[in-house]
Amino acid sequence: MAVELRTADDADLRPATLADVRQIVRAEIERAFQTDPAARRACIIASKGTLDWAYPPFILGSAAAAAGLEVSIFFTFYGLNLLRKDFEHRLAVSPVGNPAMPMPIPMADLFTAMPGMKAMATGMMKSMFRKKGVATVRELRGVCLESGVRLVACTMTMEVFGYAKEDFIDGVEFGGAGAFLSEARRSHVSLFI
Amino acid sequence: MAAPAEDKMLDCRGLLCPMPVVRVARQMKVLQPGQVLKLLATDRGACTDIPAWAEDTGNRLLEWHEESGVLVFLLRKGGGECTSPA
Repeated sequence: MAVELRTADDADLRPATLADVRQIVRAEIERAFQTDPAARRACIIASKGTLDWAYPPFILGSAAAAAGLEVSIFFTFYGLNLLRKDFEHRLAVSPVGNPAMPMPIPMADLFTAMPGMKAMATGMMKSMFRKKGVATVRELRGVCLESGVRLVACTMTMEVFGYAKEDFIDGVEFGGAGAFLSEARRSHVSLFI
Repeated sequence: MAAPAEDKMLDCRGLLCPMPVVRVARQMKVLQPGQVLKLLATDRGACTDIPAWAEDTGNRLLEWHEESGVLVFLLRKGGGECTSPA
């Protein structure tokens, strides 16, 4: 179908070519992206409570906030631990069932379950991260709060685990799956961690 | 062409992702549109993170290069002089 189109340098009408149409569509898509509020929002679910998995939600949350996005992180299941006041002593990482974890010496799977191995792996990861200069989970959580990232605790799992609102740090909000979905459908960035 | 002189210097050497972008974003907030921020970083991820951050936030990455293992970025704060409503 030919579209009648008036160009700046040619006062006569001429049929638009496919290239014209493509250019118009591209420009419209770009404009829609620029004005779409969803392009400026990120919604993240943090479902894990181990030391290694504590980093990604706070790293992505703080980086997204730095890029000018409105960010919400929903903490559910074991992820709730990351919002607790006493979270640090609960954060650990275990080599059991994790063949990807770097170990100082090669080790049979059975030995990774020996008493003390979890503490060793946790200490190893903490010192490795500190040596390399990675911010601590506490620092990253602080950056998120300071940059206006909304931290939302899942009320259902709070109930199941027996956590009270007072167990969490100041500034935490409370919500459920409906609240998350309502925000996620208005966010281009939506991640499950 | 000589690199523009910076109005502010930010040292992020030794910091890893996401701290360089977090610090840059904070520093940019207090600069005026058109002012130039010079960033020093050693995190290799900054090579991709800083250009992407600048594009997302409407600031301009004037140039970046490496100086004996340190990444140097020059960023100009956007907004103000050349923005016109669509």
